[in-house]
Amino acid sequence: MSNPKRTIWAYRRENGRVGIRNHVVILPLDDISNAACEAVAAHIRGTIALPHAYGRLQFGDDLELHFRTMIGTGSNPNVAACVVIGIEPGWTQKVVEGIARTGKPVAGFSIEGNGDIATVAAASRKAKEFVHFASEKVRIECPLTDVWVAAKCGESDTTTGLASCPTVGNMYDKLVPLGLYGCFGETSELTGAEHLAAARAVSPEISAKFMKTCAAYQKDVIEAHKTSDLSDSQPTKGNIAGGLTTIEEKALGNLEKIGKQIKFIDVLQPAEAPARGAGLYFMDTSSAAAECCTLQAAAGYALHIFPTGQGNVIGNPIMPVIKVSGNPRTVRMMSEHIDVDVCGIIRREMTIDQAGDALIDSMVRTANGRLTAAEALGHVEFVMTKLYRSA
Amino acid sequence: MDKIPHLLVHNRRDNVGVVVVENLTAGTDLFCVVTEDNSEFRGVLNQDVPLGHKVALQDLSVGDTVIKYGEDIGRMVAPVRKGDHVHTHNLKTKRW
Repeated sequence: MSNPKRTIWAYRRENGRVGIRNHVVILPLDDISNAACEAVAAHIRGTIALPHAYGRLQFGDDLELHFRTMIGTGSNPNVAACVVIGIEPGWTQKVVEGIARTGKPVAGFSIEGNGDIATVAAASRKAKEFVHFASEKVRIECPLTDVWVAAKCGESDTTTGLASCPTVGNMYDKLVPLGLYGCFGETSELTGAEHLAAARAVSPEISAKFMKTCAAYQKDVIEAHKTSDLSDSQPTKGNIAGGLTTIEEKALGNLEKIGKQIKFIDVLQPAEAPARGAGLYFMDTSSAAAECCTLQAAAGYALHIFPTGQGNVIGNPIMPVIKVSGNPRTVRMMSEHIDVDVCGIIRREMTIDQAGDALIDSMVRTANGRLTAAEALGHVEFVMTKLYRSA
Repeated sequence: MDKIPHLLVHNRRDNVGVVVVENLTAGTDLFCVVTEDNSEFRGVLNQDVPLGHKVALQDLSVGDTVIKYGEDIGRMVAPVRKGDHVHTHNLKTKRW
């Protein structure tokens, strides 16, 4: 097998975290600051704007999640420096202060009283300064296991449960014991496999916390909003085309991502940073790919592993997403989207152990700077999770 | 002697398996492998079944629980014979 104690070349940030990309992010606090952020990103090479739909008149837990996602995104170790632009200075400054706790360069600008043009001019000067700062950073040798690695599957089919999800599980079984931070989520897609997931919690306390999260999801989301049933949405049309029939079947395949041996050590709120040290974490997320990836990146995860059956094309603007597929038709028809082909598993020409090693090889190359398929194809889906209607 | 399986079964307790090759047609003499222990068996496919779709490993009646991964994945809402296609037309979740 490949040596999982391998090293990579990456960016060690001010707070000690390891990043594998070196982005200068132009972050809008709210929807109406998207235009200014996109103008700065168009003006200053080497920056990326992250437009999104929210940030106004949110309150309570929903507002807290908004701030957690904004601050977490700017704080991600793949981000070298960050410019925040908001309509007014109060909330803008709150996000700036949150990101500043990492020690990285960050600056805020507000539009009211200045207008877009003056704001873009001032923010562009700062963004240019940050690009010079970031572009002088050099990669240093770091353990592979210092890269926080999240996982989520999408456009699943029966091959994901046979091949690509067990490949991810094998990788976690090999790397988590060596000190990797891992993460799985998708509360809705564990429906029918909750008992098996709960049994993988490290303690009765964490198991109970997990079951409480599942029960709250059933009560607050499903029971509150369902019509007759969810069979038109879970499984999705793509899942059904790929042979998955029921949510239970989908959940059992999904859970293959957490391997056979490791336990998860805590249950995280959406976008909550893990705080119990190295290990596997469960995060309460939607199963929609872009929402889940955005939350995991905001929690600090720097690399993402995405098993797909029918061919989900998701990417993320700051966190590279590696696609793994064991569906021969998808690998043939959508080859430009697949980074790791594990079709050999269903032909019995490749073991799960060999597939796990192939994934680890791909992770090393991606961490060292090789662009993923989603990066090369320009997939930058950044989708905030919203809990309920704004005021 | 076949090397590449037509059908994979996760667990010895399962009563369905998954077609893992393309363009399988009715009447195919199936080479089947159970992934948990690499044991092999043979069966006959009654209908054309696409890649990724399930096939019954035994006759199943309305109300029977379908087992995959050794776990409950739902109940039959129409009867099938061994070798039939199992999907949304005859299998439904117990959840909603």
